[in-house]
Amino acid sequence: MSFWKFANPNRFNRLVDRLVPYCTVLAVILLAVGIAWGFFLTPDDYRQGSTVKIIYLHVPSAMMAINIWIMMLAASLIWLVRRHRVSSLAAKAAAPVGAFMTAIALITGAIWGKTMWGTWWAWDPRLASFLILFAFYLAYVALWTTYEDRESASDLSAMLCLVGSVFALLSRYAVNIWSQGLHQPATLSLDKETNIHDVFYFPLLASIAGFALVSLTIVLVRTRTEIRKRKIEILHCQELSP
Amino acid sequence: MKGLLVKEFKLTIRSKSGFGLALAFYGAFSILVPFGMETRLSALQSPAPAILWLGAVLSVLLSLDRIFQQDLVDGSLERLATTPTPLEAVVVAKMIANWVTAGLPLCALAVFLGLLFGLPLDERIWICVSLVAGTPALSAVGTFGASLSLGQGRGGLLLPVVVIPLCVPTLILGTLVVNRAAQGLAIQTVFLIEISISLASFALMPFASAYAVRTNLEYS
Repeated sequence: MSFWKFANPNRFNRLVDRLVPYCTVLAVILLAVGIAWGFFLTPDDYRQGSTVKIIYLHVPSAMMAINIWIMMLAASLIWLVRRHRVSSLAAKAAAPVGAFMTAIALITGAIWGKTMWGTWWAWDPRLASFLILFAFYLAYVALWTTYEDRESASDLSAMLCLVGSVFALLSRYAVNIWSQGLHQPATLSLDKETNIHDVFYFPLLASIAGFALVSLTIVLVRTRTEIRKRKIEILHCQELSP
Repeated sequence: MKGLLVKEFKLTIRSKSGFGLALAFYGAFSILVPFGMETRLSALQSPAPAILWLGAVLSVLLSLDRIFQQDLVDGSLERLATTPTPLEAVVVAKMIANWVTAGLPLCALAVFLGLLFGLPLDERIWICVSLVAGTPALSAVGTFGASLSLGQGRGGLLLPVVVIPLCVPTLILGTLVVNRAAQGLAIQTVFLIEISISLASFALMPFASAYAVRTNLEYS
């Protein structure tokens, strides 16, 4: 059994039909556990008090914002190389979810920043590069909506995703030279000794898994909807020109 | 290729809305900004590089519409796409023409517009130098944006929405060069990165851009 089997829209939709119930239940459980555990069962931070708890929304949404873009990049590459329609539609379906995650990360970050740094916004490299990422999501979605009814939309948006990825990465390093950081360094990393304490770490992991599954579920459902929409369009065309 | 370049230059210079318009916009923009700010020259000095750079980005954005539109309307773009000259080369010619007619004049004008902001001569020259180094990237990125929005007709909002995020690295590094030079800091690294963005954009963007043009022509 090969991964490419699911390039067939019908097979893909059947897979989604089967996966979605499990994914939804698991996502809800993980999110509920992660957030409830994080909000009510962990101690306050000795300096940040209870405001630290917004981390259970902020970090997972920020991770998803980046990961969904990477997923879109992979899907666009697959579309450009192998021309599987499902892949292109998956990238289209994922973009608004990614934009939403970026917005959540920015908003929770602003709320956290207001209480900790005393300001809603600072021109910190991390904050700025997230704003740029948000702009790229908007551009990508705008391109799709403009060419909604045309065949060329998949190719054009895949190319924009490719070019945009390079420039988003470039901006990420350009803002590093441009401004000093206020944001703390990475909370989670595999190779450093000064990670977040275990008390916060495990609920955070649950919350991240929950966010990942929620994103996955929404992207799958949206892709299925896109495929069905495409099918209806084709049927419609056939009816019009017998 | 040479013939293409000559044709592009002639068309841009002779077209009514072409050559002078971006320059005029740049001038008007830079004159307008101080009216919204304090009148003291000392207060205008520190935002001046950013304003002059932003003006340049906006003027280049304005000039993008004409890169492909005329050729698309009269059908010569399809003709060009079927000639033995690769479409990539056509796009390079268009990028160069756009830079020379829209980008370069701005760099010269910026030296004089800097006077309105009370900038000393050496800082004005640095603005000019950083614009010369950075505007090729704007032209390259802009041509890509123009070829993406080709099938959408004239005057769409898609073009700026796509192009503006792509301008961010150039804008950051371009203003950094000027600001660091004004403060007497080392600029070599920043300046080299800015130049490399321009060179890399000019080298790689034609492929992406030609792909987009081809796609738009195929499906239109």
